[in-house]
Amino acid sequence: MCGTCGCSANSVTIPLEQRVLARNDDLAHRNREWLAQRDVLAVNLMSSPGSGKTTLLERTIRDLGGDPVVSVVEGDQETAYDAQRIRATGCRAVQVNTGAGCHLDARVVAAALDDLAPPAHSVVFVENVGNLVCPALFDLGERHRVVVASVTEGEDKPLKYPHMFAAADVVVLNKTDLLPHLDFDVDAFIRHLDRINPRAGLIPLSATGGTGFEVWTDLVRGWVP
Amino acid sequence: MHEVSITQEVVAAIAERLGDKRITVVRLEIGKLSGVVADAVRFCFDLVAEGTTVAGARLEIAEPPGRVLCRDCATEYEVDSLIILCPACGSAYAEVLSGNELRITSVEVSVPCAAPAAAPRTR
Repeated sequence: MCGTCGCSANSVTIPLEQRVLARNDDLAHRNREWLAQRDVLAVNLMSSPGSGKTTLLERTIRDLGGDPVVSVVEGDQETAYDAQRIRATGCRAVQVNTGAGCHLDARVVAAALDDLAPPAHSVVFVENVGNLVCPALFDLGERHRVVVASVTEGEDKPLKYPHMFAAADVVVLNKTDLLPHLDFDVDAFIRHLDRINPRAGLIPLSATGGTGFEVWTDLVRGWVP
Repeated sequence: MHEVSITQEVVAAIAERLGDKRITVVRLEIGKLSGVVADAVRFCFDLVAEGTTVAGARLEIAEPPGRVLCRDCATEYEVDSLIILCPACGSAYAEVLSGNELRITSVEVSVPCAAPAAAPRTR
């Protein structure tokens, strides 16, 4: 009720019909154009903490051997440890610390891309914050979304975190060298993944042992513009 | 807890569209398949809105269910999670028709009363 005279006509409805993530999506679109103009491939790597994203990247950089050139955006809540590990391989890396934030967004990736200035026909891997929930919702402007799962995590992960697995173009199943020591049922994992996202490619590999790794590096080479 | 950043986006988007207008009601649409938990948005809304033009506003959230079309047998069915299997043929090849909504549908703003403030009474 109006505080001045007691009338009831003191509020008006304004239709907005606006997507909540419109600002992020606009920035992601700008990132995508920026990358396309430079013939740069961006890949968003997502997983739970400890599935081996950084180890996967270290070996990817080594095995690609500079063709194509790789640079990395490292997302973590705190520390620059991962960026230091990536730089130790000789490639450029920018660390983004999100503090309390649980995911990267298009704005921080835009700033990181400016810093990295990736050369034409190269690859930028964006290692998202280790989290199987929040990063799934935020478009960064990447061309491909890769979810890394590992055999130490349990084969029901796709059913427990369906949004993440539904968002993936490719799922890497890491640490397969440990399979002889675990009860992990690969067929059950595939069945669960098929229920959530039958279109996703699956690459079982070991980032430390190297088994299956050339399937992954061939795929990345094939993606480069 | 991406609902905090989602809610911050809501408040920022409203401020961007409506400037310093005082908001009394915020209406959102958060589909069951959107990946955002409406209860978590309700939980943090007051905190995020504090000190903004949205402070104290009533939050109304509509939660449309997920509607899915089976690509194999063309059955249309309803789901409330992304674990989607066609009840008719068991296929997981499905197209989400609705339930992904994550939108600010409308707001209500308070409009200053057109009547002049009551003149001080004189005897």
